[in-house]
Amino acid sequence: MNSIGEPLLKIDGLTRRFTGLLAVDSVSFEIASGSVHAVIGPNGAGKTTLFNMISGLLPPTEGRLFLGGAEITRLRPNIRAALGIGRTFQNIRIFGDMTVLENVMTGMQPRLGVSIVATILRTRRGREEERAAQAKGRELLRLVGIEDFADRIASTLSYGDQRRLEIARALGGDPKLLLLDEPAAGMNPTETAALGTLLQQLRGTGLTILLVEHDMGFVMGLCDRITVLNFGRKIAEGPPTAIRSDPKVIEAYLGKRVAERLMAERASA
Amino acid sequence: MLAQQLFNALVLGSVYALFALGFTLTFGVLRIINLMYGFYVTCGAFMALLAVTQAGLPLPAAALLGAVGAGLTAVVCDYVLLAPLRRSRAPELSSLIVTLGGVLLLNNLMTIAFGAEVRRFPATLLSQSAIALGPIDVSPIQLVIVAVVMVIVVALFLFIERTRLGAGIRAVAENPEAAALMGVNVGASLATVSFAAGILSGAAGILIGLNFNAVHAFMGESLLLRGFVVIILGGLGDIRGALIAGLVLGFIEVMTAGYISSGYKDAFSFAALVLTLWFRPVGLFGKSVAKRA
Amino acid sequence: MFDITLPLWLDDFLWAYGSVVYGLGVNAILGLSMYVVLALGQLSLGQAAFMGIGAYTSALLTLKLGVPFPLVLIAAMILPALAAFVIGIPTLRLTGVYLAIATIGLAEVLRVVYLNTDAVGGAMGLSGIPEKASFPVIFGLLLVVLVGLLLALRSKVGRAFEAIREDEDAARVVGINVWGYKLGAIVVSAALAGLAGALNAHYSSFIGPNEYGFETAVSILSFAVLGGVSTPLGPVLGAFVLTALPEVLRPLHDFRLVFNGLIIVLVVIFLPKGMLGFHVRRRAS
Repeated sequence: MNSIGEPLLKIDGLTRRFTGLLAVDSVSFEIASGSVHAVIGPNGAGKTTLFNMISGLLPPTEGRLFLGGAEITRLRPNIRAALGIGRTFQNIRIFGDMTVLENVMTGMQPRLGVSIVATILRTRRGREEERAAQAKGRELLRLVGIEDFADRIASTLSYGDQRRLEIARALGGDPKLLLLDEPAAGMNPTETAALGTLLQQLRGTGLTILLVEHDMGFVMGLCDRITVLNFGRKIAEGPPTAIRSDPKVIEAYLGKRVAERLMAERASA
Repeated sequence: MLAQQLFNALVLGSVYALFALGFTLTFGVLRIINLMYGFYVTCGAFMALLAVTQAGLPLPAAALLGAVGAGLTAVVCDYVLLAPLRRSRAPELSSLIVTLGGVLLLNNLMTIAFGAEVRRFPATLLSQSAIALGPIDVSPIQLVIVAVVMVIVVALFLFIERTRLGAGIRAVAENPEAAALMGVNVGASLATVSFAAGILSGAAGILIGLNFNAVHAFMGESLLLRGFVVIILGGLGDIRGALIAGLVLGFIEVMTAGYISSGYKDAFSFAALVLTLWFRPVGLFGKSVAKRA
Repeated sequence: MFDITLPLWLDDFLWAYGSVVYGLGVNAILGLSMYVVLALGQLSLGQAAFMGIGAYTSALLTLKLGVPFPLVLIAAMILPALAAFVIGIPTLRLTGVYLAIATIGLAEVLRVVYLNTDAVGGAMGLSGIPEKASFPVIFGLLLVVLVGLLLALRSKVGRAFEAIREDEDAARVVGINVWGYKLGAIVVSAALAGLAGALNAHYSSFIGPNEYGFETAVSILSFAVLGGVSTPLGPVLGAFVLTALPEVLRPLHDFRLVFNGLIIVLVVIFLPKGMLGFHVRRRAS
């Protein structure tokens, strides 16, 4: 494991109220730079709402967000992307009508600084930027393993490959923090294992990863720290070993009676 | 003098409110802005006028005929133009675009068929003598207009709230799929809404035509644009808002015409539109439709 | 300006059919103006209003101040762009329908203002505008705009457009300034419409308040609907066809507006999924 550094992301009292529903209730935690952090919890626990607030698609009702010490609570999503937050979605939202390479290149938008006028006029700087972007795009596709599909229309890719494309696109902006919303959803064991390997690789480059996931095995093997949500509130946090045996977590997933029986069995074992 | 203007404003405003109701109803249930209401207005007015001048029908019967005729026209147009889009689940923008095309097409056909000149109801029909009610001079036709609007609004309210068909419509407005699963005949509900909204616009056309004693092929378009102002001001999808905003618009127009200049009344109305969009885009009562920028 | 000597046959042709040919060019520019906003999935119907601003501005500058034509054209692009900025900012945050309504409303406000302002000729409009828009000018500008647009679309700008059209939230999350692009599109669209208005004023020598209203706006929409918006050439073609057809088929002439409306209805209904040439938005934003 790499050495864990200072908190990259700090979430402070984040709350989101919809009419009639408290989706996220005063959640606070920190993510150390270079670590892999997971948010787990039963369905409806507020995980995706939390993600939407971190990436900027949903404003919090209360609470604050800090990236690398600077407050980002009121910033628009594209600014957060420029500051280094990349994200994938639970139900894969790639741009289906573009080619695979074009998809990845849209992810680089925050890093393409040449002015629009220069781009249209095809100045030397403009053309170089585009060339460099294409090269980098192919690099990223190589990293996630789909470089052969670069010129195919994105919607024709298999589900697993589309997921990889979405990750490559999120990496296009050179993020410091990568938010992955159920990356292993819908994958078979082989694909899941390959994804795990990819994430380990990414983590090795110093990237900080925050993921939402249901697949316990995937999470346990990969993460440094886990935060558990239920009904919008944080009920536990800690390293995987601690979470695995935390009675509150078991109760949240399996219900009170089953949890009590399990604890009783363990105590008597 | 002020009281007189206020009364005139009430009369005009209630017709605008009536027209806006049809818009709002359609938006609430069918989820689209149907610009062809501009046409149904003209339709209703022309049918009523022709019923009087060609068929010699008395005004009430002619008005009823015009309104119902506009309603039927609305059902037919909806079936021909909008149902195919609903079936193919086309994006919202497509419906808007098709109604734009439709209103351009139909309004101009109307102009070609009937000419662009302004027609009038026979003078004998509209009793000229005004009744004095305190400081105000009220013409019978104005009283009729206000009364008719009130009757229609109450009837509509009762229909939506107290009948089974109305309940079905409310269900479809909330959630079409669930309504269908519960046994509501969604097709019939939508057709009923089209019919009702068509009647509302036809009636509005007839009443406006009577108020100014002018019927012409483009009256629908000018009413349509005012309808925009009303629904934006009142909030998209809000019935209370449509009624109140209609009265407000009537007020603005009459006051501007009376105290500033008749030519500028349109400018003031649309300025109200722009200001609303700038400062309070959801209108007076609208539910928030703002998205993150 | 642009004193290119045209071949004799072209000169004669233009003498006879000048206004139609010029109309083709101007309407093509209007089609491109519509393309820019539709390519982002926004239904802005302001082209007619902005065209009017451009037409009146240019006519006044030429008639009253004798400003040289190139500067007139530039002014005719800047003023509508500013107006678009003002109208655009508040309405961008809302669902597309509000934009459509606001832009039609703008056209009508302006129409009333023109009608009631004697300085711009009131109901009589402005006449006697010198004929400064020539064939090379109109089609030269059309070419420049078209090429510029095509170059823009084959670059990161085009990718951003397509991303926004397909999935606005995903576009935001990858760092595309959606709001900025939408506003930019409306402003550019307005500038192009203003340019078209100025060119139109300077060959038809007369402009009036009723030429830039609801009907014109929907007619411009019909160019884009017919030609499709999968490429900028679509609205150009649509404009050519819908401008030339009423001339070629004489009986159609009086039915021009009816025809435009009919085209919209038929195309939208019978090509519903790929109606505008691009795929239905996969995600509502």
